[in-house]
Amino acid sequence: MRSFQRRLSEFDARGIRVVGISVDPPEINQRQSKKLGYTFPLLSDPDAKIIRRYDVLHPAAGPKGADIARPAEFLLDSDGIVHWVNLTENIAVRARPEQVLEALNQLSPAGQ
Amino acid sequence: MKRKWNWPIWVGFVVVVAGLFSYEFFARFPITRDFPWANFLLFGVGGALLIFGLFRAFGRPQVYRGKSFGSIFAAIAVLLVAFFSYVIFYVLHQVPTSAGAPRVGQKAPDFFLLDQNGKPVGLGDLLSNSKGAVLVFYRGFW
Repeated sequence: MRSFQRRLSEFDARGIRVVGISVDPPEINQRQSKKLGYTFPLLSDPDAKIIRRYDVLHPAAGPKGADIARPAEFLLDSDGIVHWVNLTENIAVRARPEQVLEALNQLSPAGQ
Repeated sequence: MKRKWNWPIWVGFVVVVAGLFSYEFFARFPITRDFPWANFLLFGVGGALLIFGLFRAFGRPQVYRGKSFGSIFAAIAVLLVAFFSYVIFYVLHQVPTSAGAPRVGQKAPDFFLLDQNGKPVGLGDLLSNSKGAVLVFYRGFW
């Protein structure tokens, strides 16, 4: 998330919105946003309803056996169609913003 | 004659322990997180020093100390590296397959969730007046 914030202006320039989604409640998201200087929305899915709908649930992987999201990144076009998706096989390895920007470049070459 | 301090054993052990505990630091940067080569580099350096120290302790025990504590430290170091490798190569790979996740070309499911200010945000809001959106699902800070 830190790396997406660092390159947020490049997403802004392309008209692409960035959002984070987790089971954290809004209070924690507000604290983290302030602390880390995030200017994009962090959305709260405390019951993991949407996380389940996207089938990116990691059951019992959170504290006290709570269900949480596994790391996953989706790039959608303005019609909501998935154009690129990254489902990591290693919790520590997440998509980097440059990968998403690269996928964007292939959709619409830079400058368009 | 008092035997000499066998410094490579101590330094090697400290470097191995540092290799383990520096993971939290190196995990902040994708280049040292995607594969923790910096930690394994420290393990390698520490291990080499430990082996060097052990060779001295067993090769010339009349000059250098460390036959017993060097062996204990080396065994602990091996266990630490084994534990680290288990977490990195096994535990971190225990991710659900997510076979039902939206695929390329499919429409992403709609949602309506509260942002960090308690304001409801829908997928439609994100996609109106934009060329698209990146949804980043993450484990959370708790």
